[in-house]
Amino acid sequence: MVTKLKKTRKKSKLKDLWRRLKKNRLAVAGLIVLILLIFIAIAAPLLAPYSYSAQDSKASYSTGTAEHPLGTDKLGRDLMSRLIWGARASLEMGAIAVAIAAAVGITIGAIAGFFGGWTENICMRVLDIYQSIPMLLLCITIAAILGPSLQNAIIALGVCSVPGYARLMRASVLTVREKEYIESARAVNAGNARIILQHIVPNAMAPLIVEITMGVGSMILAGSLLSFVGLGVQPPTPEWGTMIAEGRNVMREHATLALYPGICVMLSVLACNLLGDGLRDALDPRLKN
Amino acid sequence: MLRFIRNRLLMMIPIVLGISFIVLLLLEITPGDPAKMLLGTQATPERLAALRAQLGLDDPILVRFVNFLWQIVHGDFGTSFMTKRPVFEEMIMRMPYTLVLVGISLAVSVGLGIPLGVYAATHHNTWKDNGAMFISLFFVSMPVFWFALLLVRFFGVELRWLPLSGIDSWQSWILPIVATSLGFVATIARQTRSNMLEVIRQDYIVTAKAKGLPERKVIYRHALKNALIPIIMVIGNMFGLLIGGALITEVIFGIPGLGQYTIAGLTGRDYPVIQGSVFMLSVMFSLVILIVDVVFAIVDPRIRSQSGRKKHKDQKDGNKIEENTQKIEA
Repeated sequence: MVTKLKKTRKKSKLKDLWRRLKKNRLAVAGLIVLILLIFIAIAAPLLAPYSYSAQDSKASYSTGTAEHPLGTDKLGRDLMSRLIWGARASLEMGAIAVAIAAAVGITIGAIAGFFGGWTENICMRVLDIYQSIPMLLLCITIAAILGPSLQNAIIALGVCSVPGYARLMRASVLTVREKEYIESARAVNAGNARIILQHIVPNAMAPLIVEITMGVGSMILAGSLLSFVGLGVQPPTPEWGTMIAEGRNVMREHATLALYPGICVMLSVLACNLLGDGLRDALDPRLKN
Repeated sequence: MLRFIRNRLLMMIPIVLGISFIVLLLLEITPGDPAKMLLGTQATPERLAALRAQLGLDDPILVRFVNFLWQIVHGDFGTSFMTKRPVFEEMIMRMPYTLVLVGISLAVSVGLGIPLGVYAATHHNTWKDNGAMFISLFFVSMPVFWFALLLVRFFGVELRWLPLSGIDSWQSWILPIVATSLGFVATIARQTRSNMLEVIRQDYIVTAKAKGLPERKVIYRHALKNALIPIIMVIGNMFGLLIGGALITEVIFGIPGLGQYTIAGLTGRDYPVIQGSVFMLSVMFSLVILIVDVVFAIVDPRIRSQSGRKKHKDQKDGNKIEENTQKIEA
């Protein structure tokens, strides 16, 4: 009975969110673009007309032919296929880095916010010091020191963005901590772990949803930068940032080689931002009705 | 007042110590042996041992930490492996370039972003507002390095209006500053707009209007002042983000600043350079935040009343959450 009640409530909450989100056309557009990108990334082998490393020696630097609609690079590799394959690495970086950062950040934030006292104090002061190093600087440095690879880039991105989530989570937990249902959970002798996992975290998550959505965008952006300076995905695997770096050398004659991957990055980040904006409005009760 | 400044200054001590420790740890997280990595696989054991001793890799971490602090206090960041020049000297020479780039970019971002945001907010829901916000969203979402490349391609190569790279005259600064600041102009404009819209709904604005004050006065005297507080509070943080942006713009535009130095050190695995520049940039960043805090403590009595950075900063989180509190309940 209780679980049944819980289920229907959860469902209606999501439904309500969706009902309000879909009124925002830009947010829906962002959502559609994101879903499309995920689809493209998963179905890359089926969608791409060529393999990302297939070279066509007769078609070096071709521009917009029937065989290569977006042209080819120096080695005659099809730009469109590489863009399609490139979606994989970019989305992977965005999604996994945010997952790492959010998981660690939420844990730290929940512990700091729930226990308070010296635990909180230590956590927050460590975060203060952590944040006194400019984020991008720390990120590039960690990525460079760990050595250039996709995996290390993801680790660097994730590690650097922990403080933001931790701070937000802590502040959110502080508002939830004093609620009556926490008191009642304690009254029925629930342990700390149970209270945090079952009652605090789910109720403190709402403000983090927006942050996480937008976080995916900023991670894609930062990830492309890491690849651009040669610290992310290694060639020949295509990634948009790497492709911009490769196109940079021939910018003068063949600007499209760097132009298109940049547009791809921009569109995916834009989609995340639009969806995040929309979610923020949809979650805001003051804009209800 | 003085207590606030004193407490705030005291907070710098753990921060600088913390930065130094993290900088030292950077060497620690290098996979494998840093000495081996530097000398390559063909290094003789003697040379490896010598380098390890030079880097102090054999000492316990606390000893190294104390040594490192001792050196920093004396302005000694070691000599670069690649150029064999003292890192500190090099950094001091390069610092002005980075400060100019970041400083002017910050001024441009604030100087353009705030009026743009006010304009959008006062024309709320018109095509001007929607257009400005939509365009700014593009600038927020765009990779800076990519935009910088396009700028060079268009204004440098195509039109030949501005120099491609290097710093020879004031014109050389235009493209780097545009590239670094445009995204932040957009960010600040969006932030100002949403704050303004929030403030305009407040009772005291209604009161001001009811008193019969002219629209202009209501906007600039009452609304803008209150809408600006959250933006000004994060100017220090913007500086940090701009430093991140400067890393790349300096490389693309060939500006001989700290950012370029850092990237060169990172690609060459030049540890003294990496440690020195990460330390320098981070301390610069913390100092700017300190200055912003102190200046606004003088200006704004509400900040002054909370002594110390701690409460002040945690308060900022609180403000953010206040906006979100109702969301949780929704």
